[in-house]
Amino acid sequence: MIELANVHKRFGSLEVIKGVSATVAAGEVVCVIGPSGSGKSTILRCINGLESYEAGSITVEGVKVDRSAASITSVRTQVSMVFQRFNLFPHRTALENVVEGPIYVKGEPRAAAFDHGRQLLDRVGLASKAGSYPHELSGGQQQRVAIARALAMRPKAILFDEPTSALDPELVGEVLSVMRLLAEDGLTMVVVTHEISFAREVADRVLFLDHGLIVEEGRAAEVLTDPKHPRTQDFLRRVLRPI
Amino acid sequence: MDTFLKQSIEFLPILAQGLRLTVLVTVGSLVLSTVLGILWALMRVSGKGWLAWIAKTIVNVIRGIPIIVQLFYIYFVLPDFGISLTALQAAIIGLGVAYSAYQSENFRAGIEAIDKGQLEAAQSIGMGWWLTMRRVILPQAFKIVLPPYGNIMIMMLKDSSQASTITVAELALQGKLIASSTFQNTTVFTLVAALYLCMSLPLIWVVGRLEGRFGRR
Repeated sequence: MIELANVHKRFGSLEVIKGVSATVAAGEVVCVIGPSGSGKSTILRCINGLESYEAGSITVEGVKVDRSAASITSVRTQVSMVFQRFNLFPHRTALENVVEGPIYVKGEPRAAAFDHGRQLLDRVGLASKAGSYPHELSGGQQQRVAIARALAMRPKAILFDEPTSALDPELVGEVLSVMRLLAEDGLTMVVVTHEISFAREVADRVLFLDHGLIVEEGRAAEVLTDPKHPRTQDFLRRVLRPI
Repeated sequence: MDTFLKQSIEFLPILAQGLRLTVLVTVGSLVLSTVLGILWALMRVSGKGWLAWIAKTIVNVIRGIPIIVQLFYIYFVLPDFGISLTALQAAIIGLGVAYSAYQSENFRAGIEAIDKGQLEAAQSIGMGWWLTMRRVILPQAFKIVLPPYGNIMIMMLKDSSQASTITVAELALQGKLIASSTFQNTTVFTLVAALYLCMSLPLIWVVGRLEGRFGRR
């Protein structure tokens, strides 16, 4: 449902994506791993049209992603995003954050949107926090609200941009377990992450990115336990055995 | 003291007429400058180069000309082009336009202070530019902008006295007229100063409260 063909992206003179091609099928969970600066997050942001790209093409359900075209709104309602730093709206409660998109972008009736919003907060384990403001919530709780906000758009896929990187270590688990539930429910997910064990357990496929290129890709178990490429081997050695 | 009180009772009703015009000019130009200021600021952050350029040029031209000259221009020059305004209209438009430049810089600073992640979060749930502004950016910018907005309000109240230069008989001019016909300079200008303080001190107090509430974040 998401297709990238030979995508190139540069920031000024620095080329950060140097011809990436990949596909994500419906219902698939794809984890993108790689060292920082390898372009993982940039690719994700291109899929959602938060960044433009110079060459190649990205399509979502056959519609080309072009951030300057009118069609970008429909792409974004089909592909939601969860950010590293949550980016909840601080002036709205958890529930208001969740229903904001359905009511104001999709025009859903308020009552139905609020009902659905409460169900989603319940699903991420935060039914009791509906009336809390983001600053009253822990990082893990904020990220779970952000996931509920993404789900509220009834997207066909959700992109996760290092969803646990800004969290205290003891809060990482609660976010990963919510994501695990979503994966079991068959949601299409593209996850940029450093959580290798999560990737091994949940991902169908893993892409290993280095210097703007996909160096290795394959089934999660294969890439993560028996990497073929020396760069992947080196990276996994460093990540799995931190000093 | 006795004479001061007696004279005060005599002068205050006349000064009250001036006071009414002062309030009218201040409120009118405050509304106009706010609307125009938001417009310039939104043009600046629209992401459209030519719109931003137009707004920037307007703001710089307005900022580069003294308010009094702008007032003269609107009141004395525009009639040559067939646009005749009453002194009160000219004062409100002149002060409103002049202050819109400061308002817009204030609003722009507030908008640009909002974390870029907010913009991205709004975009990622499919919000367009205007919806993002209305639902996400402006409500947050409002809190940042409020304390300096209060200061602009106080400055406007005092600068409304410049309307006297184009014959609007607001508080300062009314005072000057009474003083020059009665020679009671001390009484009259003490009253005028006191009346300005009666309006600005509560405003200063409110602004201080606002800064206390929103300043610390």
